[in-house]
Amino acid sequence: MFSFCTDPSILPDWQWMACYLTTGKHMAFYVSFGTVLLLLAITAPVSLGFGFLGAMAARARLWPVRILGRAYIAVVRGVPDIAFFLFFVIALDQAFEWLRHKVLCPDWDQPIRQGNDFVVCAEAKLPLGTAPQWIHETYGFGLAVLTFAIVFGAFAANVIFGAMRTVPRAQMETAEAYGMTRRQSFWRILVPQMWVYALPGLSNLWMILIKATPLLFLLGVEDIVYWARELGGAKTPRFTDYPHPDWRMWYFLALLVFYLAFTKLSEIVLERLMQRLTHGQATMGGEAQRKAAA
Amino acid sequence: MSCAQTIADYALRSVGIGERLLPRSDFTLCQQFTLIGSGMIWNVYFGLFALFFGFFLATAVAMGKSARNPLIRKPAEWFIFIFRGSPLFIQFFFAYFAFLSLKSVSPFFDAFTSAWLGALIVLFLNTAAYSGEIFYGALRSIPRGDVEAADAYGFSGWTRFRRIIWPTMLRLAWPAYTNEAIFLFHATTLVFFSGFPAFQQRGDALYYANYFADKTFNPFVPYPILAGYFILLTLALIGVFGLVNRHLNRHLPQEARRPLRVRPNVIR
Repeated sequence: MFSFCTDPSILPDWQWMACYLTTGKHMAFYVSFGTVLLLLAITAPVSLGFGFLGAMAARARLWPVRILGRAYIAVVRGVPDIAFFLFFVIALDQAFEWLRHKVLCPDWDQPIRQGNDFVVCAEAKLPLGTAPQWIHETYGFGLAVLTFAIVFGAFAANVIFGAMRTVPRAQMETAEAYGMTRRQSFWRILVPQMWVYALPGLSNLWMILIKATPLLFLLGVEDIVYWARELGGAKTPRFTDYPHPDWRMWYFLALLVFYLAFTKLSEIVLERLMQRLTHGQATMGGEAQRKAAA
Repeated sequence: MSCAQTIADYALRSVGIGERLLPRSDFTLCQQFTLIGSGMIWNVYFGLFALFFGFFLATAVAMGKSARNPLIRKPAEWFIFIFRGSPLFIQFFFAYFAFLSLKSVSPFFDAFTSAWLGALIVLFLNTAAYSGEIFYGALRSIPRGDVEAADAYGFSGWTRFRRIIWPTMLRLAWPAYTNEAIFLFHATTLVFFSGFPAFQQRGDALYYANYFADKTFNPFVPYPILAGYFILLTLALIGVFGLVNRHLNRHLPQEARRPLRVRPNVIR
């Protein structure tokens, strides 16, 4: 990175550190922070969408849909989430391959599960065996996003379902009195009003989502945990220009500080957002704001 | 091999009693049920002990956070912030590697690098922080009248805390504390995925479920078994905590008693 980095073994401490922290692998480590942020940026809206669908299903009039929605919420919330992460990554992968297998190779006659193997025809493999490395990585990341979205969608569905029920009944009755259909009163009255009630739960969920991102490591994505283990391990002079003892503790300390800073920042931003949303609302918070101003 | 034989071999495998080698091929349903159930011993162990010790520290932390003296309040606030603001997964990793470097300083830390102690300490501190925050919230919502009545009866200091404040705090915090207990048991599944080695493949339920899923490449059997065990565990917890809840609320008029509402599962 720097011009003086050619022979690190003779450098003074601070220059050695500067060179060490800007090696190619460290750059990959810094980029992986971006991976985490990218995951958050994609997962948050997608799981909000899943949550919205789940909540809509859970209050549907058609009973099979209602059962489906409620089961989705109940099952995902009742089991350790990490089990879900480990389960969905394989299950989704196999489900996709199985579907493609059914479509692409209709005249395949061997069983798919042969003993301990899961065998589909070569065209149905995901990603294709011939695909370049970046497609494999993107596919893995996509699976991770989908898994996160399914799990967090259930949490979000629960929050939104609760918020929909908190909207004052009188509002809905008024809508009915004006002759709105069920659909109209849902989209025009219920949905715009529920967000204030949903926000505390959703911001809580955001905090949880931030704290769930290290689980990416378990899903096989090269994230910050992967790199912290990789870079921190003891290095001997034979394999690297920058030998050092086991520094994994310090790398994980850095991750700890990163997460603490990130949650603190989110807390401040969400608090501001809540302040703005409660402004003028007929809730305790809104009342307190009005009194403080008066 | 009959199922009874499998149970005899593997029921206590996770604590090192019974057959040494894990099954390698031709996995039967019985083997999966037995081994994953055997792993539950660890989940229950971590959960129970962390919950028990954490309860006392949580009370202390909650009292500390509501103290007026900043020398007591600030450390309690920081303790809660650090453990609630960062992922448990990273805390496990950090603690493991920290203990590992301490081990080279003194052999005293040998035991800390194994899961039974090191992970237990992390879980203990973590649950103490989460429950401490719950108890702190409950402390702040103790009705003024209760404390004033205690003052009027001449209660003060330790007796006032022991007889009035502490029971009321527990009563108010209990529903949230039940949730916390359930999360804690779910969080114990992280232990063997976060650095702490499973010595001689003695792991927890998820460790074995993952073992089977890796070996058979079929997640549709071991993970539902694991889920079944955890649902049973959760139901048992809700039952026990519900009994305590009834005991805590026994002096209230019938309709003021709120049944325990449980909203399980939050990742930390």
